Amino acid sequence: MRLSPDEMVFWQYGVIKLNATIVFTWALMLVLTVGSKLITRNLSTGLERSRWQSLLEIVVTGIEKQIEDVGLRHPRGYIGFLGTLFLFVALASLCTIIPGYEPPTGSLSTTAALALCVLVAVPFFGIRQQGLGGYLKSYVEPTVIMLPFNIISELSRTLALAVRLFGNMMSGTMILAILLTITPFIFPVAMSVLGLLTGMVQAYIFSILAAVYIASATRVSKPAPDLDAKR
Amino acid sequence: MDSMTLIAMASIVTAGLTIALGSIGPALGEGRAVATALSSLAQQPDSATTITRTLFVGLAMIESIAIYCFVVSMILIFANPFWNHVIAQATGK
Repeated sequence: MRLSPDEMVFWQYGVIKLNATIVFTWALMLVLTVGSKLITRNLSTGLERSRWQSLLEIVVTGIEKQIEDVGLRHPRGYIGFLGTLFLFVALASLCTIIPGYEPPTGSLSTTAALALCVLVAVPFFGIRQQGLGGYLKSYVEPTVIMLPFNIISELSRTLALAVRLFGNMMSGTMILAILLTITPFIFPVAMSVLGLLTGMVQAYIFSILAAVYIASATRVSKPAPDLDAKR
Repeated sequence: MDSMTLIAMASIVTAGLTIALGSIGPALGEGRAVATALSSLAQQPDSATTITRTLFVGLAMIESIAIYCFVVSMILIFANPFWNHVIAQATGK
């Protein structure tokens, strides 16, 4: 019983292994990059636009609105990171329809890598917004005693992100594999539909949690002045 | 009962108990979360998008606990280091 696509090795040269995780990750990256490049070749701002451009516009404006709802102002600065996270994980789980495909997020290596990207991105955006001193000061809020707990919570959030995504994706593929040996036709189809749904939800959850962590790191301590101007 | 049987028995029993007991808590928590979300949706249908989004985020956090239990159970069944060690000893002899 295969636990992850890491064990499907296509090619090996000494220590360097080309396993299914890497191959499918590259394939997804290729599809996303080449697809976007092709669609954005002739962008039009008039009324006549191709449906692929409309599709991309729906996706981009939807993600922008979600980022803004979470509390990050000027979402254009963050949509590169957060949007890519969402699109990668969503496409990875959407392609499970294709036979012979194993989602690369079903391997702990991929999800740990994505969670580490979030771990690095949160201080990066925080320091960019608040400066090094301001960001480091947020670790000793509300009192200095909370410093170890804040650090531990940073690390455990990252671990939780990785294991949550890994567990959801792996359980989806494993349930499908087990059911295929028991009842071949109807039940696995229902389970794969459920797997698609949880894949989409998990992609959304991953990017929204990353957005919430970045929002809490870039939140300025003093209240915004325009709120008082309204009264 | 030699150590190999003991390890196998303990792993199987623990794997079953982990996932059985570990799913009770999250299931109850998710039920309460959805119930409260439904009642607040009935009270304020205008903020449906906010409530739904917060509901999904909360459900994912609660679900992670069940996922942790599932991962431990899978490790015990499929990637059990004690079992691998014992098997390596048995085949090495």
